Amino acid sequence: MPTSIQTTGRTYWRLLVAGFRRQSTYRLAALGGLIANTTFGLLKVAILFATVRAAGGDLNGYDIGTISAYIWISQGLLGSINLNGRSDIATRIKDGGIVVDFLRPLDVQAASVATEVGQSIFALIPRGLPTVSIGVLVVGMDVPSAASGYLLGAVSLLLGIVVSSTTVYLVAAAGFWLVETRGLQILYMVVSGFFAGLFVPIDLFPNALRIVAECTPFPSMLMYPVDVLSGRVAGLEALGLVGLQVLWLVLTALAGHLMTRAGRRKLEVQGG
Amino acid sequence: MSTDTPIIETTALGRDFKVRDGVRRRTLTAVDDLDISVAAGEAVGYIGANGAGKSTTIKMLCGILVPTRGSVTTCGLRPVADRRELARQVGVVFGQRTQLWWDLPVRESFTILSAIHGLGAAEEAARTGELVERLELAEFLATPVRQLSLGQRMRAEVAAALLHSPRLVILDEPTIGLDVLSKQRLREFLVAERTTHGTTLLLTTHDMGDVERLCDRVLLVDRGRLVWDGTLAGLSRTVGAQRVLVVDLAESTPDLVDIASTQHLGSEGGGLRQRLAFDPDATTAAKVLAAVSERVEVLDLAVEEPDVEDVVRRVYAARR
Repeated sequence: MPTSIQTTGRTYWRLLVAGFRRQSTYRLAALGGLIANTTFGLLKVAILFATVRAAGGDLNGYDIGTISAYIWISQGLLGSINLNGRSDIATRIKDGGIVVDFLRPLDVQAASVATEVGQSIFALIPRGLPTVSIGVLVVGMDVPSAASGYLLGAVSLLLGIVVSSTTVYLVAAAGFWLVETRGLQILYMVVSGFFAGLFVPIDLFPNALRIVAECTPFPSMLMYPVDVLSGRVAGLEALGLVGLQVLWLVLTALAGHLMTRAGRRKLEVQGG
Repeated sequence: MSTDTPIIETTALGRDFKVRDGVRRRTLTAVDDLDISVAAGEAVGYIGANGAGKSTTIKMLCGILVPTRGSVTTCGLRPVADRRELARQVGVVFGQRTQLWWDLPVRESFTILSAIHGLGAAEEAARTGELVERLELAEFLATPVRQLSLGQRMRAEVAAALLHSPRLVILDEPTIGLDVLSKQRLREFLVAERTTHGTTLLLTTHDMGDVERLCDRVLLVDRGRLVWDGTLAGLSRTVGAQRVLVVDLAESTPDLVDIASTQHLGSEGGGLRQRLAFDPDATTAAKVLAAVSERVEVLDLAVEEPDVEDVVRRVYAARR
């Protein structure tokens, strides 16, 4: 039976929707996440606002309005961008549940990424939007001036979500060889938030460190979407950031594809 | 593909695992020199002790595990190379793993799997309807999988594995942990499914009731090697397993120890019920009954077939 592109699209779309619905069953967890995001947002406001004021109102191009946008958008994305390195597929590789994935006429990597992306998109509703709204209403922040900025921002945000899923998939796929990927996952957790610009925007990094960050996929997950969504970066420069995101998407997806292909031959199903 | 092409064919199939034994590494042979041929429409029980190599074989048949030696074709395909194509023709139930979406209502899993297997809307509705009815899933279709009882979940698992009407259904311990009634329902469903759709069944199990009720052929594997391929009755005969005649007598009778070609196993109720074992090759139940009836009036009788687990034990013991 030949698989048409339409059927394939429908399949992965259904998996994305499944991820979305799955996440929707954890409402209390989402509320907890929202409270945590907002609390840390207010904390960052206190620290970074003071820093910008101490610098005379302009810190490497950031003023109060743009730093506030940085804080609230990045906090809002925390529920959707995977910065902890954990994934369901990693668990399934570890406990042998991965056999079920391989018994389906699917690309295992694409199926996993589609499901994770669906979960991330759902998280925008109870966590992303309310966090940003609180930022706008309570503290105030800069937003893009043109409609095109919002459109490109949405694309950038979606790319950020997908890149975070394809990158976390690499951590999981390492499990084909390592079995126990917790060390790698913890390393990912420590490094990703920092280089993604979660604590401090990467434009405020010392030059050398900024270059290191730019050589990783992490800024594509959070920093670039925040820059485009807040309107701090606009026009051609914003298109450039989106281009970089596409590049990282291709690179991480390709690496994941190759690892899955090699890993499948290496697979020794755990747990009988 | 013509119907006389075997649906499963393995030639000298083998798989080794490297295991770490403290600091030393050694090679463990899980499956060795396995030649199996299963025709379309057969129902085959694949039995053996834990660690005998059953699951390893199944994983090689499905293309999940790469064989170390030998060759395997399933549904005329090469399992590892043609994994996705094969997945459209095979349905697998792993009794210990779930393929349902844990947090979502049961119905959702069927919708997603229908999309995965590219079923059309009409096909999806018809097949889902059939499975829901036969496996009695209607009452919990809207319940999230994580809230199902084990028996309910297993029925849903079987439906999920069979949704795309696979030609070959592989069941790895499908009745593990189920109560008697749930087991019975599941077996009845599998028999019906085979009758209606001509599905080929391969099941591994420790539950000999599964084998007795579902399979017309048994493959017994011991330490990775095939040691029996044939009927269950034939297997019993090879190890001289005995049948048992249980007789209820009209009056208390001394132990019937000297009936020809039998062995007295025991008496109950002061000799009102006695158990006599006999070798089916040496005598028949009718002859034993006749011999007993000459001594005392028989009110009722039952013939017990050999216990399959006992048969397997004997096969293993004979090979050690």
